[in-house]
Amino acid sequence: MNGVHDLGGMHGFGPVVVEPDEPIFHAEWEKRAFGLLFATMAKGMFNLDQFRHGIERMDPVHYLSSSYYEHWLGTYERCLVENGILTRGELEARVRHFLREPDAIKRLPRREDPAFKEALLQLVAEGYSTHREVSAPPKFKVGDHVVTVNIHPAGHTRLPRYARGKRGVIERWHGAFVFPDTNAHGLGESPQHCYTVRFDAEEIWGRSAGKGDTIYLDLWEPYLEAAVPQGG
Amino acid sequence: MMGYGGHHPGQPSMAEALTAAIESLLIEKGLISSDAIDAVVEKYERDIGPLNGARVVARAWVDPEYKSRLLTDATSAIAELGIKGMQGEHMVVVENTPEVHNLVVCTLCSCYPWPVLGLPPNWYKTPAYRSRAVSDPRGLLREFGLELDENVQIRVWDSSAEIRYMVLPERPAGTEGMTEEELASLVTRDAMIGVAKVRPPKKS
Repeated sequence: MNGVHDLGGMHGFGPVVVEPDEPIFHAEWEKRAFGLLFATMAKGMFNLDQFRHGIERMDPVHYLSSSYYEHWLGTYERCLVENGILTRGELEARVRHFLREPDAIKRLPRREDPAFKEALLQLVAEGYSTHREVSAPPKFKVGDHVVTVNIHPAGHTRLPRYARGKRGVIERWHGAFVFPDTNAHGLGESPQHCYTVRFDAEEIWGRSAGKGDTIYLDLWEPYLEAAVPQGG
Repeated sequence: MMGYGGHHPGQPSMAEALTAAIESLLIEKGLISSDAIDAVVEKYERDIGPLNGARVVARAWVDPEYKSRLLTDATSAIAELGIKGMQGEHMVVVENTPEVHNLVVCTLCSCYPWPVLGLPPNWYKTPAYRSRAVSDPRGLLREFGLELDENVQIRVWDSSAEIRYMVLPERPAGTEGMTEEELASLVTRDAMIGVAKVRPPKKS
């Protein structure tokens, strides 16, 4: 979707502000919000693509005015309700309860589950690869000239706006990976070959680009079409 | 500290209340456990951080064969040092040279190589960084205090899929006699994202 999350090349956000000696988490709730990602995903409550698409569907004003972990909360709320894990009603009632009874936040119910804890630590240590074996051979090889498709889907895609309809060269082939454009919508993993594609910065930003600078994106095969090398 | 809306002292923010609501409901339904969340948080607070990436860089500086493996198959080379995990399943390491400077970003969200660098700093996740890293890398790096020579080529890596990137910075001059461990202590998170260079050791 052409959402506010797709930030590459936008203007007006000012200089990058660096917080000196930044802590890993800024508040207790951020720790819990972070840990919830592992717990919810390990239980299959949603997948990583649904998680990302949930953030993209946040109200754009809220997206820009809220912090990173508030984005996570926004997508938990949406995904858990949409996938039938929680109801909107029980969630809203519980939020109201905690706003009225702040002390209750410090006395959350606890549940211990050593096996689940081990499973999450395993996830931290081993990760979760979305690489998949497919029988179809890759359509492109290193050095092939390609052009990205000019698509504007209302749903999830990992082809940023700034890189649509642009000519590039295949730099590396990574094998097939779960395709976010289907997986985010419950349409299956539909694994597709994924490539690093090199673009001249000038192809994307025109005359304002640095001479000789390049941009690399990791793109799935459906985002790419064969192109004839340009002469000259 | 980031602003989470105007709440009064003693009154929780919406973020606090919402986090507690989600956690408590999932706990009551028996779907997740508190100890599991505690354990994950503790891992990222104590064990998983940029020191891991620094070890990889230092090894590559002292061992040319390791460096060559790192640049061809980073995931395996990094795993040789016992480093792997969530958001590091498929790693690529890109090398800075006197002619080439690499910079890592995720314009669509905030993808970051957790096993080698830990959790990202706030600035990496901001619209300011994500918008300009691809379109004005030179200007952005200048703000970080890194002025690159005009003929240095900049390569920006936008982490748009599940491959995660780390920069192998240049080894600074004056470090010839240093041990691998001493070298690792010079390597900063920012140098492995590509917004800084590794500085030579301070002369005492």
